[in-house]
Amino acid sequence: MGAVVDDGSRFEVVSREDFSEVTYLLEIRHPMMARAARPGQFVIVMAHARGERIPLTLADFDRAKGTVTLVVQAVGKTTRQMQQHCHVGTELYGLVGPLGVPSAIGSAKKVVCVGGGLGVAPIFPQARAHRASGAYVIGVVGFRSRSLMFWEERFRACCNELIVCTDDGSAGIKGFVTDGIRHALERHADVDEVVAIGPPVMMRACAEATRPRGIKTVVSLNPVMVDGTGMCGGCRVKIGGEVRFACVDGPDFDAHRVDFDDLMARLRRHAVAERAAAERWSETCRMQRPPEPPAEEPLPLPDPFEEVRGG
Amino acid sequence: MARKKTIRTIPQARTPMREQPGAERARNFAEVACGYSVAEALREADRCLLCPDEPCIRGCPVGIDIPAFIARIGAKDYRGAYDVIAETNFLPAICGRVCPQETQCEAVCTVGESLEPVAIGRLERFVGDAALAEGWLNAPRVAPNGFRIGIVGSGPAGMACAADMAKAGCEVTVFEAFHLPGGVLRYGIPDFRLPNEVIDAEIDNLRRLGVRFECNTLVGRLFTIPQMIDEMGFHAVFIGTGAGTPSLLGIPGDSLNGVLSANELLTRCNLMRAKDFPEYDTPMPLGRRVAVIGAGNTAMDAMRVCLRLGAEKVYCVYRRSRAECPARAEEVHHAEGEGVEFHWLTAPVAILDDGKGGVRGMRCTRMALGEPDDSGRRRPAAVEGSEFDFEADLIVYAIGTNANPIIGQTSKLRLDKRGYIETDAGLATSMAGVFAGGDIVTGAATVIEAMGAGRKAARSMKAWLGLRDETALAGEPAGTLFGIDARERNFARIRLA
Ligand SMILES: Cc1cc2nc3c(=O)[nH]c(=O)nc-3n(C[C@H](O)[C@H](O)[C@H](O)COP(=O)(O)OP(=O)(O)OC[C@H]3O[C@@H](n4cnc5c(N)ncnc54)[C@H](O)[C@@H]3O)c2cc1C
Ligand SMILES: Cc1cc2nc3c(=O)[nH]c(=O)nc-3n(C[C@H](O)[C@H](O)[C@H](O)COP(=O)(O)OP(=O)(O)OC[C@H]3O[C@@H](n4cnc5c(N)ncnc54)[C@H](O)[C@@H]3O)c2cc1C
Ligand code: SF4
Ligand code: FES
Repeated sequence: MGAVVDDGSRFEVVSREDFSEVTYLLEIRHPMMARAARPGQFVIVMAHARGERIPLTLADFDRAKGTVTLVVQAVGKTTRQMQQHCHVGTELYGLVGPLGVPSAIGSAKKVVCVGGGLGVAPIFPQARAHRASGAYVIGVVGFRSRSLMFWEERFRACCNELIVCTDDGSAGIKGFVTDGIRHALERHADVDEVVAIGPPVMMRACAEATRPRGIKTVVSLNPVMVDGTGMCGGCRVKIGGEVRFACVDGPDFDAHRVDFDDLMARLRRHAVAERAAAERWSETCRMQRPPEPPAEEPLPLPDPFEEVRGG
Repeated sequence: MARKKTIRTIPQARTPMREQPGAERARNFAEVACGYSVAEALREADRCLLCPDEPCIRGCPVGIDIPAFIARIGAKDYRGAYDVIAETNFLPAICGRVCPQETQCEAVCTVGESLEPVAIGRLERFVGDAALAEGWLNAPRVAPNGFRIGIVGSGPAGMACAADMAKAGCEVTVFEAFHLPGGVLRYGIPDFRLPNEVIDAEIDNLRRLGVRFECNTLVGRLFTIPQMIDEMGFHAVFIGTGAGTPSLLGIPGDSLNGVLSANELLTRCNLMRAKDFPEYDTPMPLGRRVAVIGAGNTAMDAMRVCLRLGAEKVYCVYRRSRAECPARAEEVHHAEGEGVEFHWLTAPVAILDDGKGGVRGMRCTRMALGEPDDSGRRRPAAVEGSEFDFEADLIVYAIGTNANPIIGQTSKLRLDKRGYIETDAGLATSMAGVFAGGDIVTGAATVIEAMGAGRKAARSMKAWLGLRDETALAGEPAGTLFGIDARERNFARIRLA
């Protein structure tokens, strides 16, 4: 293809930071999106013209600079490819957003904001917005170990309290984010909302931690998506027994009503194909650019005059 | 002057269109129908009686002057034929391929009363292909008038509205959520029915008219419809955002892996090129035995895509009978030729789990047709005790779509109770200067109806802006809408800007 180009803007990477071997930050110029973005929203990225559309949460947005920030964990083909190719000055092929319904901010007086794994960065704009709305914010962030930690200062600056949890105890308390939640709830009987973002197992554990006390708990679901605009139905999730579409009805949902078994089963959908793509990519990843596709013969348009011209 | 033609003197049999043979084409994505050669087109054009009462024009949703363009083909004036079509239809190469002519113009063709009707669609495609090959473009030069028009969605409705407004001298920008324009033409209808090159060429024609395309733009979320009017300086907006989320059956097993919508399957395959995985990164669920539920155009496309991706068996499961099947007749015929197995009067009851989160098969019940329902079609009812199971590892839902909620969520536009945008007869919405048409107003319909809606909205828009419009229909309000004198309001705005 390639005949059709977009007359619109390009999406330039203006800064990058590597937090660890698997986690990196990309700051991308998109003034209009920076202006429109609200906490809880996400984008869909296409790294290159042959790439997959992958959803990533807006980890930050700077209206003055006109940029949006993504924090990505390299877990599979696309995210690893981006890790290798997205340097300052390069461009993403596609970036659409902000997508999804913004998080409801402003009603809670005391909030626990929980982020684990790839959910640490996405919880940041929520914590900041809750604080800005006047709430007392307790941050709980979880990492496997100290070496994977990032943004501690940013969280300290926007949270009234911050509880860091590491699996091995190398920083903060030893344990999972659910241990952090327990700590927070022991000290504060008046928490009126918990927001948790992370892998589905973690979000389910958080839901179970707050369910006995009936504390309102919101999770941001991450099913497989294609368009992100409410057309394909790939992102369907079950909430209280009903089908909802995470890209247009969410991604935030009431944690106590989410069917996590269903979500986790559906996330395993393309496991085999994803592994194949990642392996194939690994074999060629020492090359500078992703391999070119086999030269694609454009389908010749039928030309009814060919015979007349003797062609 | 040629002698007067009669039903006895014209070529009796309809000129067949060359096709790739069924077994071969069912394994590749090249276009199935090859189009007419000049000789074939001339022969078919000769079958038209040029009836004075022109029933076919009334059968066409946009009223193309069919006998006139066929007459030009007959006179070997192909450019003239194109100009006749382009007066009403901007996308003949597309419509010639995808319109359900057998229920429209061809259904009422006089020749069809005793022989097979004139192959109007194939002739239209011939002219469209000729125009693309020769680079013809019907673009009268009009002085720019200073009006800025925003179009939301680049499907056929948006494209048609964009073309008309650009021809009227407006500065037109089309916003598209996906990374490529075209709407369903791009992401839904597969290459073997409508090659991407045809869409690219038609989009390019719009560019030559001065239309700008901005992809990667989800209107409603990046900016709202009210913002377009109040802050971004658009004098009028057209919304053609098409279909929304797919309907599901709500039967046990709905959420198993291995159950997906035709929209997802087709988007992965056509837009994201999962058919070329792993050269392209998007994966595709592959089925050995695929059951597609539904029998519309979407279902036919899904089935034929699955065959091409290597499925051994593809079943079509439809609760009504063949007579009620809503797909284009040619597509059903093609699907059959490629080996799809049709199960009419069959409805799914449950999707069976393989114990590992995937699909093992489907439980169905036989149906019988009862009394006609609201749509005039006979209502199917389950035959008691007729349940049976069959093996399948991929289930595709192609049973319709619902309204997309985004524009509704992010503006105060009035929606109907199913969530579609409410408009008046001229396609004006409840917000001044904002018009809407296509699937987002009517629910799932056809390419030509969407295009017709885009053009109708363009007429209303011109009237609202106070532009003179040669294509305006008698009886339509000219200068005022909502009690506001449009010319006043908008020229004032331009002067301010
Ligand atoms: C609304 C939303 C917001 C997200 N925000 C972020 C974010 O801010 N940062 C970030 O790093 N990731 C985020 N994700 C997850 C991210 O989209 C996936 O990690 C990415 O699609 C993986 O692509 P890949 O090709 O690199 O890996 P693949 O090869 O496609 O998959 C590799 C592994 O990742 C898992 N995976 C695939 N898709 C998802 C998914 N949608 N969610 C979770 N795991 C998945 C697979 O099960 C597999 O084990 C978000 C997902 C959603 C739906
Ligand atoms: C698989 C399939 C096969 C079909 N086959 C036929 C056929 O053979 N013949 C026929 O006549 N009809 C067919 N149809 C129906 C026909 O394609 C549709 O009726 C027609 O495309 C509707 O046109 P539209 O312009 O209203 O919307 P669409 O074609 O749906 O285009 C809407 C566009 O708007 C974009 N969009 C949506 N929301 C936003 C937003 N908020 N901001 C920016 N952009 C947005 C979408 O991404 C999309 O590109 C088929 C449909 C399908 C799904
Ligand atoms: S009705 Fe048929 S024969 Fe008559 S003018 Fe139309 S296409 Fe020709
Ligand atoms: S991602 Fe396609 S409907 Fe949500």
